Amino acid sequence: MDLLWRFLLGGAIVSLFAFLGDVVRPKRFAGIFGGAPSVALATLALTAHKSGPLIASLEARSMILSSLGFVLYVYVALRLLATARWPALPVALAGLGSWALVAAGAGLLLQALP
Amino acid sequence: MIPSLDFSSLRDARWHQFVVRFILGGAVTLCTGLVAQHWGPVVGGLFLSFPAIFPATVTLIERHETEKKSKAGINCRKRGRKAAALDAAGAVLGGWGMLCFGCAAWLALPRYPTALALTLAGALWLIVSAALWWVRRHRVG
Repeated sequence: MDLLWRFLLGGAIVSLFAFLGDVVRPKRFAGIFGGAPSVALATLALTAHKSGPLIASLEARSMILSSLGFVLYVYVALRLLATARWPALPVALAGLGSWALVAAGAGLLLQALP
Repeated sequence: MIPSLDFSSLRDARWHQFVVRFILGGAVTLCTGLVAQHWGPVVGGLFLSFPAIFPATVTLIERHETEKKSKAGINCRKRGRKAAALDAAGAVLGGWGMLCFGCAAWLALPRYPTALALTLAGALWLIVSAALWWVRRHRVG
């Protein structure tokens, strides 16, 4: 049941921000909804409810570092798409490696912390 | 220019696009929960910034723009890619806002009720992202 709630809440919040990104103008401003913390909102709310706010706070601390990976990821995608040489999907999928690299580094750093 | 809502873009939208986003968002949230259950909150938290729908969004934008131009008799894929780049430029600003959201949630969750802490963090995300957009717009033009 918990997993179903997670799926439904995550899907609803992500869809809401994506919908806002569709209808807000100008386009560059609408793009900020692509960087909305939609998964984070759903996950932190459920974690705080189930395991307590301290555990949710630990998740948020990890998110701070992995957000740098998100910024790097969308920046790489922006530079590649701006050249208009490659289609969006391969660029967006290949760029995920940059997010994963930063997230993995952040994970190792955080595991080393007391 | 003041940001506004324009629902005319929904005319070109197809219902399956909304279903795909819902499923992707739900699946990423579900996987994040499973990772946190198995490896703990420190590792699980890393996935809170996973670009869940960015690939789907830029692909849709590219396709819409290319189709729109081809209906007007212009066969130009470059326009679609440039439109997707514009969305990515906004997502960079949103990403900095996301980092601030994480800081606010980290500090506020142990101190305030969850709903208030997440509302404060969400408001900070919007303020930082919108402020960066405003600064960029007035600096670059």
